[in-house]
Amino acid sequence: MNIAKNIGTNGIRRFFTRNWGRRTVIGIPYGFLILFFSVPFLVVLKISVSSTDALGIYFQDLASYADGILQFKIKLSNYIFLTTDPLYIETYWSSVKFAGINTLICLILGYPFAYFMARSPARMRPALLMMVSLPFWTSYLLRVYAWKGLLDDNGVINNILIWLHVIHDPIKMMYTGFSMTIGMVYTYIPFMILPVYATLVKMDLRLLEAAKDLGATPWKAFWLVTVPLSKNGIVAGSMLVFIPSVGEYVIPELLGGPSTLMIGRVLWDEFFSNNDWAMASAVAVSMVVLILVPLAIFNKYQADSGSVRGI
Amino acid sequence: MVRTVANSTDRGEVSQFVKIDRLSKHFDEVAAVDNVSLNIEKGEIFALLGSSGCGKSTLLRMLAGFELPTSGNMYLDGEDIANMPPYERHINMMFQSYALFPHLTVWENVAFGLKRDGMPKDQIAERVESMLGIVKLIPYAKRKPHQLSGGQQQRVALARCLAKSPKLLLLDEPLGALDRKLREETQFELVNIIKNVGVTCVMVTHDQEEAMIMADRIAVMQEGRFLQVGHPREIYETPSCLFVADFIGDVNLFNGKLEIDEPDHVVIATPECRHFVNHGITGTIDMQVHIALRPEKICLQKHEPTIEQRQYPAEHGHNCARGTIEGIAYFGKFTLFHVRLDSGKTIKVSRENAARHEETQLERGQQVYAWWDGSDVVVLTN
Repeated sequence: MNIAKNIGTNGIRRFFTRNWGRRTVIGIPYGFLILFFSVPFLVVLKISVSSTDALGIYFQDLASYADGILQFKIKLSNYIFLTTDPLYIETYWSSVKFAGINTLICLILGYPFAYFMARSPARMRPALLMMVSLPFWTSYLLRVYAWKGLLDDNGVINNILIWLHVIHDPIKMMYTGFSMTIGMVYTYIPFMILPVYATLVKMDLRLLEAAKDLGATPWKAFWLVTVPLSKNGIVAGSMLVFIPSVGEYVIPELLGGPSTLMIGRVLWDEFFSNNDWAMASAVAVSMVVLILVPLAIFNKYQADSGSVRGI
Repeated sequence: MVRTVANSTDRGEVSQFVKIDRLSKHFDEVAAVDNVSLNIEKGEIFALLGSSGCGKSTLLRMLAGFELPTSGNMYLDGEDIANMPPYERHINMMFQSYALFPHLTVWENVAFGLKRDGMPKDQIAERVESMLGIVKLIPYAKRKPHQLSGGQQQRVALARCLAKSPKLLLLDEPLGALDRKLREETQFELVNIIKNVGVTCVMVTHDQEEAMIMADRIAVMQEGRFLQVGHPREIYETPSCLFVADFIGDVNLFNGKLEIDEPDHVVIATPECRHFVNHGITGTIDMQVHIALRPEKICLQKHEPTIEQRQYPAEHGHNCARGTIEGIAYFGKFTLFHVRLDSGKTIKVSRENAARHEETQLERGQQVYAWWDGSDVVVLTN
């Protein structure tokens, strides 16, 4: 009896201590995110629908109670303005377009890179992985800024081409979609390579032998086996590239020009040039709702349907 | 299990459906397969048997086309396949781990090879249906491989190989991933399916029991070479060398030298006793030879065997040694005795438990006589 009782209490104690540890491990990062992501986001959301006082400086409370009347005041004019001013819609599409192009180029360049890295001899892989992450050792800002020196009218590339008599006048590369895309691809490609590499390196190569054995040419085997089995890596990599690209501010600011409208820059202008916090908040909230929510749903669907075990 | 294939040694020759001619494969100067030649008959199940690293898998992978031979030729049904890529060979392989495509359903896995051949859709559907019927997996057609048990996965892999009606089926450790009970059931089922389909088959295994149960002929491999090629019975009863005798089943080995060498019998002296062998061997007097004796061929009794018990009067006084029972292991269908002979050597003797009640119980520590027939002695001269 005693023994059974001891085991019982010990078991319960162990259960609680284990749960406590698990809750702490999960709870700390979640607590951090709630405190520093969700709360600020709610503040931004509140600002975007708040009306200001007569001076236009202080935001009023959304709900007020006076004389037995509970009043809600939700100002939607900022959102209505977003839909009426073509600037915002254009910027939105432009951001999605550049982020999409960036993701696509990262995938086209990064996939073969990840593929050959995963198929290289095991002893070479750590060195190759190191080289992918090497750029992170220098400041991101410096690396982006360095492109200016290469792409400028007076930059290295134009100078070499003129010196070689390939061209007479410098090619306009800076402050265009071209320069901005180069900067974005250059910055984000490791985020595509690493998850794709992780799925490819885990793949059972006998599956490719099986495909060839069943009559698939190496090219067919690649499309029918390797690509579907690396889908999770492709999706993860695309998310990691696409989501931050949409809201990217530094690269459009340094390498982009008047033709490269990005939501990040509009946000900056609204906040710091126009000082219209309410409008800026509305832009930020719309961006989250219009881009991130559909992506999150898509991601969830992917995770549910694409749960391929045993890769 | 019906063996439809004619016994190759009965006919004296083997047709050359699969012809392997002086085939070698070197990896960095190390010969994994060393100058191997082999003919396999149409419809035959042929097993490559050996411990790991003996070159059996390399040979199989060369047949599949995953490795290119360093030298030598391979022909399938008269066609030179040595340098043909795997996707052009009429050969399909069942992988040890099955290598089922995890992103495809059972149905799509079986259809994979047929689609590559550009077969019309309705024919594919028909073919996949019939293959899944053979392996009894029709209700599982829409499942993904990870939703199946090991035995079911193995059957999907088999259906996928057979769907393309290959001229040659390769099995890489076909039952290696299954647990023991399931393996025994599957062995017979697998042979039945292969025989019914009538496909020629080469399998690789390290499990001698599996090879003996499933194969029509076996090649025992060591260090990239064939030590012996023959029927399971041939390999078990007349092993060609010490390694084969030792590798296949249990065996008691004695060292001795040739004492009497007559055309119809020989006598070999070992420290345990004189062995009378009722057939001639090629050898010279005083030559060192090995004797192999299977545990189930030895009789045990409390008294010295009488002349009436012996098959040939000449054997009297030979093929018999006294010893003490050192250990008894009861396995149910048979009992294994460890008998320490007076010479100091311990031999294994297995006796079948045909009757439920043994009349003369043998006990540990008891003195016994171990004796055997001269026809059961295998003399190994190399």
